[in-house]
Amino acid sequence: MIPELGQFSLILAFCLSVLLGTLPLIGASRNHLLWMNLCRPLTAGVFVFLGISISILAYAFATDDFSVQFVAQHSNTLLPIQYKLTAVWGGHEGSFLLWTFMLGGWMLAVSVFSKSMPIDFVARVLGVLGILCAAYILFMLATSNPFDRIVPLPPADGADLNSALQDFGFIIHPPTLYMGYVGFSVVFAFAIAALLSGRLDAAWARWSRPWANVAWAILTIGIALGSWWAYYELGWGGWWAWDPVENPPLITWLFGTALIHSLAVTEKRGIFKSWTVLLAILAFSGSLLGTFITRSGLLTSVHAFASDPTRGFFILVILGVAVGGSLLLFALRAPMMKSEARFDLVSREVLILGNNVLLVVAAASVFLGTLFPMVYQAITDDLISIGPPYFNAIFVPLMILLVLLLAVGPLCRWKRTSIAYLSRQLGKVVLASLALGVLIPLVVLLEFSLAATVSVALAAWISLSLLGDLANKTANKSSRAKALKALPLSYYGMQIAHLGAAVMLIGIGLTSAFSYEKSVLLSPGQSIDLGNYVFMFNGSTAVTGPNYVGNEADISVSKNDRPIGNLKPQRRLYLASGTPSTEMAIDAGFFRDLFVTLGEEKESGAWSMTIYVKPFIRWIWLGAIFMAFGGVIAAGDKRYRRLRKRELERAATELSGELQTAS
Amino acid sequence: MSKLKYYIPVISFFALALVLWRGLYLDPKELPSMLIDKPMPPFALTTVAGSEVANEDLPDQIFLLNVWGSYCLPCLIEHPTLMRLSEEGDIPVVGVNYRDRQDLAVDWLEDNGNPFAFSILDEDGRFGIDLGVYGAPETYLVDENGVIRFRHVSVLDESVWEEEFVPAIAELRGESFGNE
Repeated sequence: MIPELGQFSLILAFCLSVLLGTLPLIGASRNHLLWMNLCRPLTAGVFVFLGISISILAYAFATDDFSVQFVAQHSNTLLPIQYKLTAVWGGHEGSFLLWTFMLGGWMLAVSVFSKSMPIDFVARVLGVLGILCAAYILFMLATSNPFDRIVPLPPADGADLNSALQDFGFIIHPPTLYMGYVGFSVVFAFAIAALLSGRLDAAWARWSRPWANVAWAILTIGIALGSWWAYYELGWGGWWAWDPVENPPLITWLFGTALIHSLAVTEKRGIFKSWTVLLAILAFSGSLLGTFITRSGLLTSVHAFASDPTRGFFILVILGVAVGGSLLLFALRAPMMKSEARFDLVSREVLILGNNVLLVVAAASVFLGTLFPMVYQAITDDLISIGPPYFNAIFVPLMILLVLLLAVGPLCRWKRTSIAYLSRQLGKVVLASLALGVLIPLVVLLEFSLAATVSVALAAWISLSLLGDLANKTANKSSRAKALKALPLSYYGMQIAHLGAAVMLIGIGLTSAFSYEKSVLLSPGQSIDLGNYVFMFNGSTAVTGPNYVGNEADISVSKNDRPIGNLKPQRRLYLASGTPSTEMAIDAGFFRDLFVTLGEEKESGAWSMTIYVKPFIRWIWLGAIFMAFGGVIAAGDKRYRRLRKRELERAATELSGELQTAS
Repeated sequence: MSKLKYYIPVISFFALALVLWRGLYLDPKELPSMLIDKPMPPFALTTVAGSEVANEDLPDQIFLLNVWGSYCLPCLIEHPTLMRLSEEGDIPVVGVNYRDRQDLAVDWLEDNGNPFAFSILDEDGRFGIDLGVYGAPETYLVDENGVIRFRHVSVLDESVWEEEFVPAIAELRGESFGNE
C-alpha cells in the first residue's frame, strides 16, 4: 500500500507541475497578477509531493520491501542501512527520482529567494522549470517507475546493490553532481524567461549570476567527488579517464565556466547578451545530454545503467522540445538584443571573450570526442574508438592558453587597457613564473619534467599576478587592512577560484610527472622499494563484514628507516551477488598519497598487489574546493541582494510599457 | 542575412538530434568491424616481451588476434579458453595488449600464464584505433593472407568458441581448400 502512496504523490506532483508550467506563464504574458502569483504555492506543492515520493522510496528500501521491483534489484537484507537508504539512487529509476526531487528543491529555492525580482519574471522562471519538471515526472511514470511492483510472487531477498557502489563516495557523489547539473536548469529558466519577456538587461544578468555561481560551484564539487571516488574506489589510481560518462559533466562545467564569465560582462557592460543567453542554453543542454547519454545506453561504460531505447527516445524528445524550442526562441529573439557599449581590442571584455571561445572550443572538442564514435557509426555503420590521446592532445593546449589569459584578465580594465600598463604589471611576473617553474620541481622532487615545469610556471603565473593585483588595489589607500576590507566579495570570490585553478594545475602537473606504480608478488616478510619508500608485507588475515567475506593484507611503510604507518588493503567477496571487490588502502597526505590494491592470493600465502606513490594528487581536488568556495563567496556579494526598490519599480513600469507595445 | 546566423544553433542541434536518434537503435556490439574482409592495418610496434614486431611477423596461417589488458577482468574469464587453444596448437593466438603498460602486462602474463605466440604492445591505444577496437576483450579471426574475417566483441568462452569461431574457421578452411 505504501509504495502506491509514493506513486500517487508522484502523480500529484506531475499534475501540479503541469499547472505550474501553464498558468503562471499565461498570467505573465497577459499581465494577470492572480495567475502569476500562483507560481510560488504551486512550486511548494511540487516540492512537497516529490519529497513525499522519494521518502517513501527510501522507506521501502529501509523496510526491505522486495515486492517493489526497484528495491528488489538494488538492495538486500544484509546491506548496511546507510547503503539501503542511498540505494535510492543506485539505479536508473530512483536516481531519476532524485534528479527530479533536486529540481523541485532548486525551484523552491528560486521561489523563496526571489523576493526582489518582479513577479512576472519569477512566474516565467518557475513556469519554465515547471514544464521541465512535468516532463521528467512523465518520463518516470511512463518508462521508469521506481514504484513498480513484482506481482504476484515477490522475491524473498533482493539482488543487492552493486558492490562497487557500496562506499562512502556513492553516498555523496551522485546527489552533489545532480544538484550541480540541475542547478543549470535554473540559469536556463532565467535565460528563457528573459527571452520570453524580451527584457535582456543588466538586471537579468544580475539576477542570474548568484544562481549560476552556486550551480557551478556545486557541479565543480560534484565532478571532483566523482574523480576522487574513482581514484580510491575503482582502484586504478587515475583521477580522470575521459570516460564517455565522465565527459558530459565536464562539458556542462566548461559551458558553465564560460557562462559565469560572460554573465559578468553582460551585467557590468551590457554587451555579449545573445552570447550569454546561448551559453545558458548550452550549459543546460549539456546537463540534459548527460542524462540522455547515461540513461539511453548510447555509450557503454561503468556509469551506464540498463540500456533501453524507449527511455533514450523519451529523453531525446524532451531534449528536442526543450533545447530545440529554446534555441528556436533564441533565433527569434536574439536579433532584438542590442549591445549597449563599445570596447577596445585590449580590454577585459576581449579577454573574457577569449576565455569564452577557448572554453567553448574545449567543450565542443570533448563533446565531439565523446560522441564521434557513435555519430560515425550512425552515419557509416562502421566502428572507431577515440581514446585519451585525442582528448589530451586537444584539451591540454587549450587549457594552457586559457590559463595564460586567466592571469591577465583580472588586471585589465573594462573598455580599454594600455599595453604599456599590462607589460609593466606582468613583466616581472613572467620571469618569476618561469624561474619558479624550473626550480620548484627540481628542489622539491629532485627531478626534471617538462609537464611539471609548465604546470608550476602556470600556477605561479596565476598566483603572482593575483598578488600583484591585490597590491595594486590597496597601494594608494591609507591603511592596507581597510583597503582589503573594502574590496567586494565578488572580487575575492573570483581570486579564490582563480587560485583554485593554480592549485589544481600543480596537482595535475606533479602527479602526472612524478607518480610511481609497481605490480609485485610479495610473500610475508618480503619488502619492496618504490620512490624513496619501503613497503613491507607482514601477512594477511581473514575478515568478515556485514555482507561480505574477504582477506586483509598488512603492509607497513617506511621512509629512510622511519615508519610512516600501516596500509591494510582488502579483497572482498560480496555474498549476495558473488562479486569480488577490492578495497584499496590509502595513506593520504598533503604532499603525496601512498596506496596499495590487493590482487590475488598465490601459493604459500604470497599476494599479488599494486603499489602506488602519487605526489600532490590531493591538490587536484583541493583546487576544485577552492574554485567552488570562490563561486559561493562571489554569489554572496551583497550587490545581488541590495536591489533597490527604485529599480524594481522601474522594471515594473518598463514591463507594462513593453506589454502595451507588444499588444 | 545577419538574422539568419541566429538560426545556426537550432539547425545544428536538430542535425545532432537526428544522429542521436539513429544512434539509439545501434548496438556497438553487434556491428562488425569496419575492417572485416580487409587486411590488417599496418603496424610497427614492439611486443610485450620487448622485441620489434610488424605485419610480416604475423603467422602465415589462420590465427586469432585477441585484444587484452592486465586491467581487464573479463579477460581472466576467457583466459582458460585461450590457454587451451594455445596448448592444443591448432590455431595460433596473437595478443594485442591494449592501453596497458608493459610492466603490468608482463606481470599479468607471469601470473596467469601466456597463451600468446606474442603480444603486440599498444600502450596508447593507437593500433586499437586502427583496428576499431571497442574495448578489451575482443577477438579477431585473421586468415592466412592477413585479412580480418571475423570479429567477436567481449568474452570468448567455450560456448562462443563452439558456436561462432569453430564454424567460421571451418568455413575459412573450406574456402582455402576449395581454392587449392
